[in-house]
Amino acid sequence: MFMGSIECTESGMAVATALTAVESSGSAAAAGGAILAVDNITKQFETPEGAVIAVDGVSLSVAHGEFVGIIGPSGCGKSTLFNIIGGLLDGYEGTVKVAGDLVRGPHPAIGMIFQEESTFPWRTVIDNVAFPLEIAGMAKRERYDRAKHFVSLVGLDGFERRYPAELSGGMRQRVSMARTLAAEPKIMLMDEPFAALDEQTRLLLGDKVLQIQQQLKQTTLLITHNITEAVQLSDRILVMTYRPGKLKRMIKIDLPRPRSSEIVSSEAFGRYVAQIWSDLREEASRGMHADEAAKLKQGGQS
Amino acid sequence: MSTPITKTSWFPAVLSFGSVFAALLLIEILIRLGLINRFIVPLPSDIAAALPRVIIEEQVFSRFLLTATEAFSASILVTVFGVAGGALLYRFRLLREATETWVAAVAAAPLVLIYPLYLVIFGRNATTIVVMGFTAGLAPVMLKTLEGLAGTRRVLINVGRSFNLTPWQQFWKILFPAALPTIFVGMRLGLIFALINIVGVEFLINFGGLGQLINELAERYDLAGTYAAISFVILISINVFILTEWLERWLRPVE
Repeated sequence: MFMGSIECTESGMAVATALTAVESSGSAAAAGGAILAVDNITKQFETPEGAVIAVDGVSLSVAHGEFVGIIGPSGCGKSTLFNIIGGLLDGYEGTVKVAGDLVRGPHPAIGMIFQEESTFPWRTVIDNVAFPLEIAGMAKRERYDRAKHFVSLVGLDGFERRYPAELSGGMRQRVSMARTLAAEPKIMLMDEPFAALDEQTRLLLGDKVLQIQQQLKQTTLLITHNITEAVQLSDRILVMTYRPGKLKRMIKIDLPRPRSSEIVSSEAFGRYVAQIWSDLREEASRGMHADEAAKLKQGGQS
Repeated sequence: MSTPITKTSWFPAVLSFGSVFAALLLIEILIRLGLINRFIVPLPSDIAAALPRVIIEEQVFSRFLLTATEAFSASILVTVFGVAGGALLYRFRLLREATETWVAAVAAAPLVLIYPLYLVIFGRNATTIVVMGFTAGLAPVMLKTLEGLAGTRRVLINVGRSFNLTPWQQFWKILFPAALPTIFVGMRLGLIFALINIVGVEFLINFGGLGQLINELAERYDLAGTYAAISFVILISINVFILTEWLERWLRPVE
């Protein structure tokens, strides 16, 4: 099922034994019964410059309760993959299955947290969180009770009647998280949810995510370009190549749980970060050069 | 250190009313000095003095009620058809591409010129006035509704999609509330356009409420009374504007 690890072996990359456990084909997810199975996804976009392959033959699986991070440079197709798994994008090759059920569009078992600020500004915190329950037709009192539980879970007690405009960026992202969790998805997809936040808030929110994951055993797939965030939160990290986006390598994060942001100062954490960066550096550099070449070409044409 | 007077919360209001008062005072002085002909522009002090007379002797409130009823009927029509029309233009791309320019052209056209046609179709009655108000207010509401719906942030639409909303839920739960501030801008414009045209046609066909009153006072060459009635209509317009602002704040408390 997992292709990235095979590529890694084929390319004969050196793997630091203390850091990385590259699985050949049967991942931990497969062993634990995958709740999410992505099989050989390829997505191509037509552009004025010709066809661009955004994602190329990506396969992965995530086990129940597992936290998997996908990391890659800008333009590697991470968000395309996020939208495909979330059922927001069609016209691709391959399959996505959640608990054995083929995903053909937005699926009730999948909850999504977006990179951009996505709270509804016209709803209070409690009404934002209760939104999926309202859509499900739950009675007002019951849905408010349930929503209150999730507001409390993300640490926003006392802010129930506030509007998003009255909250900080980090608090608004926690409202989005509570809203997604309120729908009780089997798997939560997060697309760079803390990208717009400063580093300190990002680390503290990471703590909150870890706490919630510990409490709910929530299966999560995190898409990010932040190495620290990926190592802090994940059980496994999948590294993607620059365009076309393929899985380059899988790294198992053997850091103890429960974790907190204090782990970033540990030696093992530093080694994971260095290892991932050495993988990413080449890809990020390719991306940067491709961007520069495209800009140069645009300049020449104009 | 005390707060500078220009930074106080009441200063803008004082400046606003003060400017109007200063302008009126200037006109009063220019008329008294004979620089403006008082047979064309009456003294602002005479207009103020005429206001109670016009209100009592000319049954302003019953006339206002008539104009308000016409304006209210036109507002309902403008809101229902304007929002629905804007939503249709948003929903059907072909329709939008085919008609948006025409709707924009209609919004900029002096539509009051069409009143003789309505007079022929509906007769000299309130229907002509209401339809005229509706015609004048429709295009801005449609255009602003379209702008508001099209400007809804992609991520909010995706949130709705991720929760598997039906198209109907997507419209009422996400698109419409997201577009509401822009729709209100359109409604404010539309309702003011409608009101202007309603009073204008009442004046032109000498039928109905406040517009007819202005016409009658002008024909009697009661200049102070005419301007007092016009001032009354301006006050009504300001109040309609404030009312829609208040309604918007009530619907969207914090942005």
